Amino acid sequence: MAIGSYLVLSGLLFAIGAAGVFLRRNIITLLLSVEIMLNAVNLAFVAFGRQFGTVDGQIITFFVMTVAAAEAAVGLALVIGLFRHRESLNPEAFTSLKW
Amino acid sequence: MGFDSFLFFVFAGVAVLGSLLVIGQRNPIYSVLALIVAFFGLSGLYVLLEAPFVAVVQIIIYAGAIMVLFLFTVMLLNVPREDAAEWDRAHPYYRPWALRVGTALAVVMALQLGWALSRTPGLGAGVADERPAVSSVAELGRVLFTDYMFAFEVTSILIIIAMVGAVALARKRES
Repeated sequence: MAIGSYLVLSGLLFAIGAAGVFLRRNIITLLLSVEIMLNAVNLAFVAFGRQFGTVDGQIITFFVMTVAAAEAAVGLALVIGLFRHRESLNPEAFTSLKW
Repeated sequence: MGFDSFLFFVFAGVAVLGSLLVIGQRNPIYSVLALIVAFFGLSGLYVLLEAPFVAVVQIIIYAGAIMVLFLFTVMLLNVPREDAAEWDRAHPYYRPWALRVGTALAVVMALQLGWALSRTPGLGAGVADERPAVSSVAELGRVLFTDYMFAFEVTSILIIIAMVGAVALARKRES
């Protein structure tokens, strides 16, 4: 497969994730969309690593996965805390800091 | 069209359709399950890219650990769907000028990206054309524990901070 196909697929997945962040009104779905974007970037890393014949692309992928795990853990803990306060997962409900 | 190309389109289709289902659902549980399907598609793509260890880690860490965490939270909070009435009023989709300007901007950016891609040389070259794949786990481990030693250790600190932070944030306060 051509490298261009992988890059186009990666860009498409990233666009889907970004669209999810903008369009959805549910914090959990927002976090899932962020995961989609991280995976799109992972795909580009691995494809480039394969093309250049190095192992670095795969290793960066591991770091991205670790950061994604940390982000998911802290993010979901925040979601639980917010839900306890407001009984809602709609981001429009959390506007106390909005000016 | 070779068998590899066929597999690429199958896995790419699974990944894209799964991702579209994630953002097209009202029920977060179905979103999480669709994302697991998309991760299996991505895992197949990693196998095609001769990175089998990444493919396995993708399943174990992402589909196994992270998605179970999401699923657990969704079921713990027990809020199946978005509040439709509030959603309709507050959604930026229904602000006409924001929608128009945003769409115009997105179209311009997509056109620019396509134009840049069409002028970039070497995009048609196959990923496996020039160099042999490095897919042995031994080589991965050697590079990870030599060249990326510092980043690896920092990552372990990050995990500890995230773990402590998650516990501290989600704990029930006795007030």
